[in-house]
Amino acid sequence: MTASQIQNTAAIPNGPGAAAILAGGIGCGVMGLMAFSADASAALGKAMNIYNPTGALSGVTTVTIVVWLVVWFFLGRAWANKTVDIGKVNLVSFALLAVGFLLTFPPFMDLLQGK
Amino acid sequence: MEITTRDLITVIHGMGLGALFMLAFSAAIAGIYRISAPGASTSMSAREQTVLQLALAAMVILAWLTVFSGAYIVYPWYRAVPPAGVTDLADYPRRLLLSNNKTSEWHNVGMEWKEHVAWLAPIAITMVAYVISKYGRAITQHPKMRAAVLTFALAAFAATGAAGAFGAFLNKYAPVRGGDTIILMQGEK
Repeated sequence: MTASQIQNTAAIPNGPGAAAILAGGIGCGVMGLMAFSADASAALGKAMNIYNPTGALSGVTTVTIVVWLVVWFFLGRAWANKTVDIGKVNLVSFALLAVGFLLTFPPFMDLLQGK
Repeated sequence: MEITTRDLITVIHGMGLGALFMLAFSAAIAGIYRISAPGASTSMSAREQTVLQLALAAMVILAWLTVFSGAYIVYPWYRAVPPAGVTDLADYPRRLLLSNNKTSEWHNVGMEWKEHVAWLAPIAITMVAYVISKYGRAITQHPKMRAAVLTFALAAFAATGAAGAFGAFLNKYAPVRGGDTIILMQGEK
């Protein structure tokens, strides 16, 4: 990277980075929600079985990846030249990241389902 | 010295891709910290920044290859259903674990968490690689963005660590076996 390139990157607003961070948080949160929902609901678990050898995991991860990429695409476009409140973006993203870890953890899933 | 194809592919999934991804973390975290530290006395050279971006790109590829090979190649072998009447469950790891209450939680907790939490790692590290590539040294002007990048990098490390550790334990109690036998080396006796 040349000195001029470094100067150019310095002028980038925080919007594109914030979009990637929030989309990443949403992706992790959706992973947790989908994993939990497919475990709690037999009907959803069956619907998520889009590739039988892998079972419901195939649908859960496919939905997660699609949601993550679509959200990132639209947020990236919307915030391409904007400066956003990155503090709020971080707060929501970290919360969703925690949701991703907790709702994929079987003992916590069982606790929520009263098992 | 021989190995089955399923053993070999499981080793490639865990040790070849997953472990390599884990090994790259210490260097990546150090690189991310160095490029983004606001008080750094010496900034990274252009060459070092390029190396960091390439390393992160390689980690992204490794992370996605690890989860896809796990979910679509190894996991179907793990969860295979034995035909009716089969009593030897050695080739059916999930059923083998669930057949004994001393090992069932390795599946109910270990595999159930591993198969899902592992997917947080590629999502998180892809975001980290994108932001570092997009902003480079300019990320020092966005300290909260730097905090998010480091947090997600550590989360990817934690998710990979949990998945990798349970993968190692699961492979100890109920290894994925089967397929053709590959002779790596012929012994003298």
